[in-house]
Amino acid sequence: MSADLSGLTFLDRPNSYIGRSVPRPNARRLLEGRGVYVDDVAVARLGHVAFLRSPHAHARIVALDTADAKAMPGVIAVVTGPELAAVCTPWVGVLGHFKGLRSAPQHALALDRVTWVGEPFCAVVARSRAEAEDALAAIMVEFDPLPAVVDMETALESATPPIHPELGDNLAFERVLDVGDVDAAFRDAAVVVEETFQFGRHTGVCLEPRAILADWAAADGMLTVHHSFQAPHMMQDILCKHLALSEGAVRVICKDVGGSFGIKVHIYPDEMATCALALMLKRPVKFVADRLESFQSDIHARDHRVTARMAFSAEGDILALDMDDLTGIGPYSVYPRTSAVEANQVVNLTGGPYRHQHYRARARVVLQNKAPTCQYRAVGHPIATMVAEGLIDLGAARLGLDPFAVRVRNVIPDDAYPCAGVSGIKLEKLSHQAALAKLRAMMDYDGLREEQALLRQRGIHRGIGLAAFIEITNPSAAFYGVGGARISAQDGCTIRLDPQGGVVAAVSVTEQGQGTEGIIAQIVATATGVPMDQVRVISGDTQTTPYGGGTWASRGAGIGGEAAWQAGKALRGNVLAVAGAILQADPGSLDIRDGAVVDAATGTERMPLSELGRIVYFRPDTLPPGVQPEFVATRHYVPKDYPFAFTNGVQASYVEVDTETGFVRLLKHWCVEDCGTVLNPLLVDEQIRGGIVQGIGGALFEHCLYDAEGQLLNGSMADYLVPMAGEMPDIDVAHVVSATASSEIGAKGAGEAGTAGAPAAVVNAINDALAPLGARVSRQPVTPDVVLEALGLI
Amino acid sequence: MAPESPDRAHAVAFTLNGEAVRAHVPARMHLGDLLRESFGLTGVHLGCEHGVCGACTILVDGRAVRACLMLGVQADGATVETVEGLTESGRIRDLQDAFHTRNALQCGYCTPGMLVTATELLNDADAATSREEIRAAIAGNYCRCTGYHAIVDAIAATAEARRDGPKNSRREAAE
Repeated sequence: MSADLSGLTFLDRPNSYIGRSVPRPNARRLLEGRGVYVDDVAVARLGHVAFLRSPHAHARIVALDTADAKAMPGVIAVVTGPELAAVCTPWVGVLGHFKGLRSAPQHALALDRVTWVGEPFCAVVARSRAEAEDALAAIMVEFDPLPAVVDMETALESATPPIHPELGDNLAFERVLDVGDVDAAFRDAAVVVEETFQFGRHTGVCLEPRAILADWAAADGMLTVHHSFQAPHMMQDILCKHLALSEGAVRVICKDVGGSFGIKVHIYPDEMATCALALMLKRPVKFVADRLESFQSDIHARDHRVTARMAFSAEGDILALDMDDLTGIGPYSVYPRTSAVEANQVVNLTGGPYRHQHYRARARVVLQNKAPTCQYRAVGHPIATMVAEGLIDLGAARLGLDPFAVRVRNVIPDDAYPCAGVSGIKLEKLSHQAALAKLRAMMDYDGLREEQALLRQRGIHRGIGLAAFIEITNPSAAFYGVGGARISAQDGCTIRLDPQGGVVAAVSVTEQGQGTEGIIAQIVATATGVPMDQVRVISGDTQTTPYGGGTWASRGAGIGGEAAWQAGKALRGNVLAVAGAILQADPGSLDIRDGAVVDAATGTERMPLSELGRIVYFRPDTLPPGVQPEFVATRHYVPKDYPFAFTNGVQASYVEVDTETGFVRLLKHWCVEDCGTVLNPLLVDEQIRGGIVQGIGGALFEHCLYDAEGQLLNGSMADYLVPMAGEMPDIDVAHVVSATASSEIGAKGAGEAGTAGAPAAVVNAINDALAPLGARVSRQPVTPDVVLEALGLI
Repeated sequence: MAPESPDRAHAVAFTLNGEAVRAHVPARMHLGDLLRESFGLTGVHLGCEHGVCGACTILVDGRAVRACLMLGVQADGATVETVEGLTESGRIRDLQDAFHTRNALQCGYCTPGMLVTATELLNDADAATSREEIRAAIAGNYCRCTGYHAIVDAIAATAEARRDGPKNSRREAAE
C-alpha cells in the first residue's frame, strides 16, 4: 500500500471512510420496497414471452404445429427454433486456453432436437404472460425420444451413445496435472488414506428469478435491454455478435438485481431468444423465469465425484495428494465462460493451503442430458476444500493426531510468501498460520473439545469440523480473456464534481446487493474529500459507465475499488490545481476535506467546494488566465503482477447429530478470512455469512434430483430445500489483513470465502460426531438418510 | 356450455394501504399480481409463486399472508397493507433503520416480505423474541444473500428497543 503525493496512504487520509461500518446508501430504497428490478420496469406495448420447454431429456422434434396457438386470444407471435435462427446465430461454449475443450453449436431455441428437460424450443409472445402460457398449451408437438445420457459414471463408456454424434464421445474436456514424484511419496508414506467424495448437483435459487426486458426501437436503431445480470458489457458484446448489431446500437441496463451468485453471468438461450424476439417484432418483449422453469433452466453446479488419496509421514506431514475428478456438465458447455472451469479450479485449488510437493490430479468433464452446469459461487472451491480437508481428518485420525495440529503443521508458513502452490498457482501473501491461531482462540477449540467429550458420555453426539481454504479473487485477463472470451478484466471509474460540491461516480463494476455501490462511495469520498452523503454512484449501464467486467470472481472491491481510488485521486489533483490558481497557493500545500479546500498542514478552510464549483461552472470568466478546469477524471485498473489475488481463510463448524433421526443441528459456525484491506466490516462480514449459509445449503439440503430417464424430480421450492433461518446457526466472522501490494487500496475479494469452506467444515463436524460410532459420510448433501445409512440404520 | 374465460373480470373493493380502492380482477389472478399490475405496488416481490419463499408477504387484516397464495378476488372487503403502506405510515421506521444499520439486507428482494413478517411478530406484544424465536418466526422467508444473522440482529434490536423504549420514556417522565 503506497503513499500518494500528499504522503497519505489509503487508510489514513483525513475523514477516511475506509474500514468503517458505513451503511449502504442504496439500501434505504430497497427497505422501502422502492427497488427497481427488471419486472418492475414499465414500458408501453410490452409483449410477454413464455417458452415451450422439452419434457424429454433427449428427443427429436418430429412435428411442431403452432397454428392453433397463433389463434389464441392475446397472442402476438409464436416462433420456432428455425424461425428464430434467422435472427440469432448459434454459439459454441469453448475457450482457447482449455486445450481440447469441445462442445456443439447451441441455438437460442432448439431446432429439431432437445437435449435436456427444460430446454426451450418454441416461444409465444402475448399481451400477458398468462395468455402466452395459455397458448403454449395449444402448440402441437410430437417427439421421438432418444436414449438419454444421465449417469456421468457411464457417460464415457463405449456403449453410451454420444449426445453430439459429431464429437464422437461424451468427453468435453480432460486435464491432467502431475507434479513431483507422487508414486514414490505414496510408497514411502507411513499412512495413506483414501475416500470417494460425492457432490450433489445444486443450483443458485436467486430469489429474483432470471429476468430480461428487450426493447427494440427501430427508428433509433437501438436495442435497450433491462437485464437481471452481473456483466452488462459482456451481454452487450454478445448481443452484438449474435444479433448482428454494433455496440452503439445495444444498451444493457442492470439496475437492481435480486441476487446472482454466478447464476446471472451466463448466456441463456431463453434470454437471447427474448432479445431476438424484440428485434423480430419491433416492440419490447419481457421474459421473467417462473420458479419452476428456473429449476430446469438456470445453470446448475457441482455434480462431481472425486476419488482421492493422501499420503502422510508418521509425524503428520502431508506428503502427497492424488485425485481423480469426474463431473457432468449437461449437454452443452455454457457460453461464453465454458463449463470446464469448475473442474479446472478443482485441480488448481485442491490442497492449496498446504506445503506438500507431490500432487497428481485428473479431471474429466463429461456431457449428459441434464440441465447445463456452469460457474456458480465459489467455483470449484467447496469441492477442492472438502477433498483435502476430509482426507486430512482421516489422516489425523489414523495417526492419532489432533486435526487442528495437523493443519497447523502443514500449512504454508506465513513468512514463506511470495511462493507458488503445488499446482503452480502464484501466491503473493497468505496468512494461514495467523488465521488458524485466531480461529482457535475465537472458537475456544480446547474448551469445545472438553464439552464434546463430556457430552459424549451422556450419549450426545457433537462434532467439530475444520476447513482451511484458499480463494481466487481479483482475476486478471488470465481467467477468460487469454482464451479468447471478450470478457473485460479491467474496470473503470469516472468521477465528476458538480457545482454544489458533490460528486457523481460512474463505475463499471456492478451491484447485486453485496454493497459495490456503497464501497465505491466510501472510496470516492475518501479519495476526493467530499462527504459520503454527497457522493452518488452509478453502475450497471453500458451507456453511462466506463467499460468493464462487472461482477464475477470477487472483483468488485479489489478491481473496481482501485479504479475508483485512482480516479478520485486524479480528480482531487485537478480540483486542487484550480483552487491553487485561484487562491494563489501551491496546490501541493492544499487538500480537500469534508467538502472544502483546506491548508493541508493546518486543516484551515480556504474555500468550500461549492464556491469553487460556482466559479468554475458559472463564472469561468473570472478564472486566472490559462486555467482550464477539468472537474471530471477517469481511471481504469487491472491487476498486472499476479493472474489472481489468492486469499485464504479457515472455518469451523460445531454440530450435533441425532443418531436416531439422522438430523444434523448446526450449533455454531466460525470463519476467519483474509481479504486484504477491509473496506467495510459490516458488508464483508454479512457477505461471508451469506456465503457460508449458501455452502451449508449444498452440504446439507440442496440437490437437483434426476431419475434414470433424466427427469428432474424436485424442481420446485416445496421439494428442493434451501437453508432457512430456523436451521441456520449464528456465525462469527473475523479477519486477518494481508493487503495486496498490487494495488494502493490493497483489497482482495471475499465473495467466495464463505461458500468455499462451509461444506467441508460441516461435513467434517458430522464425521467427528459420528466417529465414535464407526460411521462416516462422504456424500453431499448429507441428508438424514445419508446419516442413517452411514449408521447402518437404513 | 363453453367454460368461462379465465380472464373474465370480477369487481372487488378493499382497503389498500389506508385507501379505499376498487378493481376488476380476472378470477385466476393472484393478489400479488393484482397489487403489482393494477396498483403499481412493486414492493410486493414474486419469488416462487407457490407459497414457499415468502418474498410476497403482505398484511391482510393484520395477518401476514402470501400474496401469491390468495386470489385477487379474495381481497374483496379486506384490509391490505404492503411494504409501501407500512413505510408511508412510519410504523416500521425503527425496524427499517435497524435493518439499514446492521446491513440486514443485500439484494433487497426478500426484504419487503421479511419486514412484513417481522412486523407481525413485533406487533404481537406477547411474542417472545429470543434469537431462536426470531429465527422460527422468519423461517418462512427465504434470503439467499445474508445468512440471516444480521436480520435476526435487526429484529432483536427493534424488539428490545420497543420493549424498553416506552418504559424508559415513562421513567424519564416520572423523573
